[in-house]
Amino acid sequence: MAGAAPILETRDLTIRFGGHVAVDGVSCAFERGTLTAIVGPNGAGKTTYFNLISGQLRASAGAVLLKGAPITRLAAPARARLGLGRAFQLTNLFPNLNVLENVRLAVQARAGTGLDFLSMAARRRDLAARAEACLARVRLAERAHASAAALSHGDQRKLEVAILLALEPDIFMFDEPTAGMSVDEVPVILDLIEAIKREGDKTVLLVEHKMDVVRRLADRVIVLHNGALVADGEPAAVVASPIVQEAYLGIRTAP
Amino acid sequence: MRRGAGRRPLDWLLSGDRPGGRVLSLLLLAVLLGLAFAPFLFPGTRPLGVAARICIFIVLAASYDIMLGYTGIASFAHTMFFGMGAYGVAIALAKLPVGWDAVLLGAAAGVALAALVAILIGLLSLRVRAIFFSMITLAVASFALILATELRDLTGGEDGLTFSVPRLLTPGFRLAAEPVLGVRLDGRLVTYYLIFVLSLALFLAMLRIVNSPFGRVLQAIRENEFRAEALGYRTLVYRTLAGALSAALAALAGAMMALLLRYNGPAVTLSFDVMVDILLMVVIGGMGTLYGPVLGAVVLVMAEYYLQPAMAALSRSLAGWPVLPVLFHPDRWLLWLGVLFVLIVYFFPAGIVGSLRRQAR
Ligand SMILES: Nc1ncnc2c1ncn2[C@@H]1O[C@H](COP(=O)(O)OP(=O)(O)O)[C@@H](O)[C@H]1O
Ligand SMILES: [Mg+2]
Repeated sequence: MAGAAPILETRDLTIRFGGHVAVDGVSCAFERGTLTAIVGPNGAGKTTYFNLISGQLRASAGAVLLKGAPITRLAAPARARLGLGRAFQLTNLFPNLNVLENVRLAVQARAGTGLDFLSMAARRRDLAARAEACLARVRLAERAHASAAALSHGDQRKLEVAILLALEPDIFMFDEPTAGMSVDEVPVILDLIEAIKREGDKTVLLVEHKMDVVRRLADRVIVLHNGALVADGEPAAVVASPIVQEAYLGIRTAP
Repeated sequence: MRRGAGRRPLDWLLSGDRPGGRVLSLLLLAVLLGLAFAPFLFPGTRPLGVAARICIFIVLAASYDIMLGYTGIASFAHTMFFGMGAYGVAIALAKLPVGWDAVLLGAAAGVALAALVAILIGLLSLRVRAIFFSMITLAVASFALILATELRDLTGGEDGLTFSVPRLLTPGFRLAAEPVLGVRLDGRLVTYYLIFVLSLALFLAMLRIVNSPFGRVLQAIRENEFRAEALGYRTLVYRTLAGALSAALAALAGAMMALLLRYNGPAVTLSFDVMVDILLMVVIGGMGTLYGPVLGAVVLVMAEYYLQPAMAALSRSLAGWPVLPVLFHPDRWLLWLGVLFVLIVYFFPAGIVGSLRRQAR
């Protein structure tokens, strides 16, 4: 489909906190069916860029376009319903609800049955079944009835991903999905992201620090530094570029 | 979750939300049976009045729990909605020809006004912080109290309104000439069973609401509103709807209160004492489960009626001692309730129901 609008685009996207410009005029278009890695040192503005796209923060200037239509003024719930799915860097769950219910709420949001107050939620086996399927994909099925707060950090990260899966978005936004996970848990998440990518029509934005992961999964890498987009291109070329080597120097030497 | 949850009639009635735990189930069954057969188990006008108040306060406290325990919103305007229902019925029966049409009209007007005001409060407090929302509700409730005392022509002011009820509900009405099991089948009995059946139906309806897909979203908002929004839920809509539902149910409780007392005034349905009672019922019983307010309402209404006489007796029997008679003087009953409240919040933060459920596990 030559000439089709990119599924997602940001134009001169900017946000200022007081005098501090956290995201600084970022213009970038994302094509449907691609996986873009977003890299940059801590504090570069990656999470803030995500928040501007999925609506948790409102831009000071610039625009966000989804399937060609501006969504800059829409609130987060409206953007989610339009197909922008977000997983959070800092674990962000419903702590006192059980694991299954956490995911079921996402399934229910997707199904649009939230305003039904006359039927029994427990009777909607179809919703529960889809939630269970999402849990199985992140290998969390056997913890379905534990409360989210009782999970280990790694399992909470998996639950975060399961919730995103349950939303069945067009655009998956992963913010350091494997951070703090143990080595043997990481492949579950990476294989999952790879599977989403292989579906072909899903678009993935992935904030990730591990360069081997970026090289393995990404079609394209963009680099943020002090809020600005400073590099954009093929993974191998971008990772090898001086600016990335320099930007990641601090992280490489960290213990 | 059991397979086929919701297939059996009991699960359908309870919306799949079983009390959980043997002791709790037995307690609740005792309350249900006690209320269902109250006129025969506890004969007399006074016990019947207590039983009816328990029914009404179960509805009132449970409807408050939809806000406080399920959605995580602390409102102080719940008595205002209670009062709207009560004043609706009271004004209709005082100003219009007495009859069921006046009762229905008054109740409907009270419920509609309550829902409307709740929606306005919900929308006005668009994105304000939780504490500010509570302040707004407090201010609106104070305003309503002043309004009710000032609009004398309509509300009877401080003195309130005394009115007649449909003949079926008057003490003079006889359903049958002969007593049954020693109980006279009079209008008081009819009034009680009207209130009992309505309260039971409303309670089961609330149980359905909190266990519906909508109810799950309310819990999600309580747990993490930010995340609920990221999933696509317009939380403002849900919070406002929850507020309107809760207000409408409180107004229905108020309508029942007016029919029971054949009187309504600011002290009965609008005062902040009632608000404190509701809060205590929900917290003592256990928030975030509707069975909590049931037990809370039983404990508090009984305490109000029977703690004072018990303390009077105790105080008299301690006559010779220093200080103690004063400490247990019936006027100090609120003090002891306060002590009880602090102890419960400290030792059983999940309330009676929360503690019993934990034990059952
Ligand atoms: N709500 C906020 N208020 C003020 N400053 C913020 C806020 N959110 C982020 N920042 C600042 O913006 C910068 C970018 O942060 P962030 O997007 O979290 O970086 P990254 O995800 O790349 O590590 C940081 O300097 C951070 O302190
Ligand atoms: Mg970040």
